[in-house]
Amino acid sequence: MGIEKTVEKTAVEILRRAVIYLPRDVKEALNSAYENETSEVGRTQLRAILDNIRLGESGKTPICQDTGIILFFVTVGRDFGDFSFVPEALRAAVRTATVDVPLRPNAVHPLTRKNSGDNTGMNMPYINWDIGEGDYIEVTAMPKGAGSENMSSFAMLTPVEGESALKRFVIDQVIKAGAQPCPPTIIGVGVGGSADIALKLAKEALLRPIDVRHPEPQIANLEKVILDAINMTGIGPMGLGGKFTSLGVNIEYAHCHTASLPVGLNMQCWAARRATARIHRDGTVEMAS
Amino acid sequence: MATFKFRTPVSEIDVRKPNIGDTVYVSGTMVTARDQAHRRALEHAETGKPIPVDFEGGVIFHCGPIALKEKEQWRIVAAGPTTSTRMEAYEAEFIEKLKPRIIVGKAGMGARTAEAARKFGAIYCDFTGGAAVLASQKIRAVRGVEWHDLGMPEALWILEVEEFGPMTVTIDSHGKNLHDIVQGSAQEKRAEILKTLGVA
Repeated sequence: MGIEKTVEKTAVEILRRAVIYLPRDVKEALNSAYENETSEVGRTQLRAILDNIRLGESGKTPICQDTGIILFFVTVGRDFGDFSFVPEALRAAVRTATVDVPLRPNAVHPLTRKNSGDNTGMNMPYINWDIGEGDYIEVTAMPKGAGSENMSSFAMLTPVEGESALKRFVIDQVIKAGAQPCPPTIIGVGVGGSADIALKLAKEALLRPIDVRHPEPQIANLEKVILDAINMTGIGPMGLGGKFTSLGVNIEYAHCHTASLPVGLNMQCWAARRATARIHRDGTVEMAS
Repeated sequence: MATFKFRTPVSEIDVRKPNIGDTVYVSGTMVTARDQAHRRALEHAETGKPIPVDFEGGVIFHCGPIALKEKEQWRIVAAGPTTSTRMEAYEAEFIEKLKPRIIVGKAGMGARTAEAARKFGAIYCDFTGGAAVLASQKIRAVRGVEWHDLGMPEALWILEVEEFGPMTVTIDSHGKNLHDIVQGSAQEKRAEILKTLGVA
């Protein structure tokens, strides 16, 4: 099999894994939330979520009918060689996965609302590119549901207010979103850069496991205090009341203009789907957990 | 908190029994409808064009399922609720004109829907968002699909369900709205939360 076909088949496989099996860190957090939730209605919701995860795994069925729009994050190793075929291979993989997994055909023209029927279209699947080391490419599939994505937000905050402005912004957005993003959520925050960069960092923050804190102590601490504060709102699982409104807060940052403080926020539902594989030039494939 | 088991068609007397926080299961016919289907149904009701489903006494499910056609027969693979907020613009009129008794979705609905539920006798129930496999297990058969031209998620899927639930009543027919109560309480805590965070 040629490398083109290997990339395509591997991408179908990670799409399948992403929509059926939740990542380890998310499952652990949901289990722990169920054990520690004190609200009766909240516990009922978490019980349903855990049952649903188990049923999805045993029946090899997508855990949520909203299998999202398909986003890819691709890191190309410097020794991988020609990768110009990757976009077409990923498009082909999305078409195949739509039929085989199956995925719900979600991609529509933004204005006419006409459904393409196969989850592809203008700029879709969307590929985020990065450069890395080694003779492999690393592909992460992130099927992103609309319930949580529709709660995304962005603000140009006041630079002198710094952390205070950031905390207020996140809390206000979580309260405003309420039940809509399918709590318990994961909150991705991108700070700095420019408007587009802040939102991109917010999305990328969601790729980090929620039990891994930012390497810098100041940011790691901010992640912890904001999570605790969010869980004081009492919004709870599915917005029906309870202790667990969010499972994690991940923050990424970039230096920014001295006159700006851009902050992007991307919410992820409890069905935080992502899966990764490495494909070496010689065709060997490693699936990440 | 009480548990109610309903079978379609549901009467006004029965649907007025539950209060917010109660648990509901439904058996019988349930029809999926999202924003596009709501809009088209109301347009047809307005202009007298035929509507392929009789919603009276029925159950509306805010859901865009994943459906698979096997040997000419549709099967629902995954069918959890979608965010109901998008249907808020249409639901009050839908309840008034087409008379469904139970609306199923997630994340709650607003004041106009709650008022229509109170006035005409209907309830809104939350089914756990994202729990699509759990939901699909309660679907016994696909009776039909209408308005498929709207796309798989937006079409009207006519489903036969058995003890579909557990669902939580979040809008009852007495003017109460559980999501509003939780949301209001979160808003009340905001100042204290910001103070804890050291934000002025």
